[in-house]
Amino acid sequence: MRIKKRAAAVALLTAATVALTGCAAGSTTSAGADCAPATGKVDLTFTTWIPGMEDVAKVRNEKNPDVQVKVQTGPNGNGGTYQNFFNQLKAGNAPDLGQIEYDALPNFRVQDGLTDLAACKGVLEAKSDFVDWTWGQVNFGEDKSVYAIPQDAGPMAMFYRADLFEANNIAIPTTWDEFAVAAEKVRATGGYITNFSQSDINQFAGFVWQAGGSWFKNDGENWTVDLTSPESVKVAAYWQDLIDRDLVSTNPPWTDEWNNAYNSGSDWTWNSAAWGANSIASGAPDTAGKWSVALSPQWAAGDKAAGNWGGSSTAVFKGSKHPYEAAQFALWLNTSDEALTMLNKSANLYPAAKSGLELPALKAGVEFYGNQPIYDVFSEASDQVSPDFIWGPTMTQVYNDTSDGFKGAVTGSGTLTDALTSAQKSTISALEAQSIPVNK
Amino acid sequence: MSTSISTVTTPARRKRGSRTPQGVAPKAQRESPFARVSAMIVMGVFTLYFLVPIWWLLVAATKDRSQFNTTNPLWFADFSLFTNIGNLIAYRDGVYLKWMLNSALYAGLGAAIGTIIAGMCGYALAKYNFPGRELIFNVVLGGVLVPATALALPLFLIFSQISLTNTFWSVFLPSLVSPFGVYLARIYASASVPDELIEAARLDGAGEVRTFFTVSVRMMVPALITVFLFQFVAIWNNFFLPLIMLRDETLFSVTLGLYAWNSQVNQIPVLRDYVLIGALLSIIPLIIIFLLLQRFWQNGLSAGSVK
Repeated sequence: MRIKKRAAAVALLTAATVALTGCAAGSTTSAGADCAPATGKVDLTFTTWIPGMEDVAKVRNEKNPDVQVKVQTGPNGNGGTYQNFFNQLKAGNAPDLGQIEYDALPNFRVQDGLTDLAACKGVLEAKSDFVDWTWGQVNFGEDKSVYAIPQDAGPMAMFYRADLFEANNIAIPTTWDEFAVAAEKVRATGGYITNFSQSDINQFAGFVWQAGGSWFKNDGENWTVDLTSPESVKVAAYWQDLIDRDLVSTNPPWTDEWNNAYNSGSDWTWNSAAWGANSIASGAPDTAGKWSVALSPQWAAGDKAAGNWGGSSTAVFKGSKHPYEAAQFALWLNTSDEALTMLNKSANLYPAAKSGLELPALKAGVEFYGNQPIYDVFSEASDQVSPDFIWGPTMTQVYNDTSDGFKGAVTGSGTLTDALTSAQKSTISALEAQSIPVNK
Repeated sequence: MSTSISTVTTPARRKRGSRTPQGVAPKAQRESPFARVSAMIVMGVFTLYFLVPIWWLLVAATKDRSQFNTTNPLWFADFSLFTNIGNLIAYRDGVYLKWMLNSALYAGLGAAIGTIIAGMCGYALAKYNFPGRELIFNVVLGGVLVPATALALPLFLIFSQISLTNTFWSVFLPSLVSPFGVYLARIYASASVPDELIEAARLDGAGEVRTFFTVSVRMMVPALITVFLFQFVAIWNNFFLPLIMLRDETLFSVTLGLYAWNSQVNQIPVLRDYVLIGALLSIIPLIIIFLLLQRFWQNGLSAGSVK
């Protein structure tokens, strides 16, 4: 209860500051032109909530005595750290580097809080080091700009109870049609084929992403909100049908009920991201060894598409006195095997760098999944994620409004499509309220 | 907040009661049994309402992770409280202990100094006549109405100007201020410190400061203890100010640290256990300080009533 209150307080303050800073939007001065190395010793600060980051920074600090990175921490982005970043940008004491999830980057871009790193040595060239779609998340489609360095990604696949599917003679679904048919068979045995996330909207966004939709567009001037695109509506109708027929469970993710549904074998699959491997292992310890991972079901047989759920980047804030050194640190942090191995170990980060996908830790079999080398599946999925999905500048509001509607839909008032329609409207008003140009 | 307000009114009421000889007690006994039972039921329901979550927390903290989801949430399974505490303390080189220590410093030292300041202000406002006295008091009263949360962001911007964010002082200094404490100290001082006594002390040659610390403070003890308790709890539970001010993990208060962990549970599920156990341990100092000071508060009460 205390946490809820705090979240509400954070939200309130967010709203207040958004209103305050709204007028700053639109000014787009680019500091990209000068990105020269400093002479002498450089101290950098890096705010992140990723545990173990200080150990990674220590490794680099020892190798580069002239550039010392000090790691600072806090709650996760939406838990208050993003709001702190905005406060600090306003007060002029933002850290040099910050952890920012892909879906929050447009907000910082619109508020002009990010340094364009394109002029910094090695940054534009690094494009080929990263999985293609992650680069699109950090340059917003501008070829001559780079606003952050991709860190991790959440390509989606399907975790499933191999033992239950086999024992009940149900084929592993490879298309969403097969998935719906299998759902009926699973329900007949008393279980649910999967859990539909009513509160964490990122799962649904991942489904839309896989279907080829995008929720926002930006032509360089105006934003277009597209929560009700044909792809989005198709996905909503599909899940609404499963919910209506009571074929999927709708426990909110990461609650006791949710854990329990998996631990007791009542829920059979989870459509989730690479980092989710640990959520299941910890929430459902009694089912160790019985899980496997397969590529996500497709909308048409033979398609090869995957969605993405989560992932973040390392950005350099406006006002950093040492963008060159900061950019070099961010590149090292997110491409070197050494750093990526440590981050994968301490925080289960699934790298955005191509070379990171080949780390020994991500090639080995995982005991919880019957020693299946599950990350091979995610690596394949990673290649199939579309680069065209774009986040908007007010994602916190979009998530809140959508999940309000989704919570209604799973209890029978309204539908998922209704929720998207009303979130579409409220999002356009939210953008207008911040004086962000938007097409109606 | 409601608890502190009720403690404020109690001393005055009791004092009056002790002066009127035996007048109130028989009347109270004539209450109907129905009123008594219904009052007990209402209080019982509220007691349950407040205690069940703590009971749940206590039970949850004794379970290991595999039993957490699978056993009755309100009853014990295998008792692994001490293993859990050991794990919590070992996690990241004992950062949790550091947070507890920080909270103890912010709250203990902050409440102690804050109480002295509030006591002096309240006393001065009650006992000295000077122009602008009521104006100052009204401004302080206005301060009571402004929630601390609303001040966090302006404070951050001010502290940024003097480069004091992300330091011990950024949380400590604002904690020293307690408008409510000033208000309470003033009301209590004017009611319980007789002007004649101060006059007598002056005649005996004591300076104003000495009079305050040796004579008046003793009579104000119940109010000062109340201010201390209130301030201690407020600082200990203060979350928003540390959230906005602090980046350095070694400066975190325990509330902020636990919140930060809780926000990472999706990625690092083991943190969930630590949040639970950490939350349980973090309320222990509050309970201890309440029990200890309550007794002291009652002593002070009788001392204050002797005229």
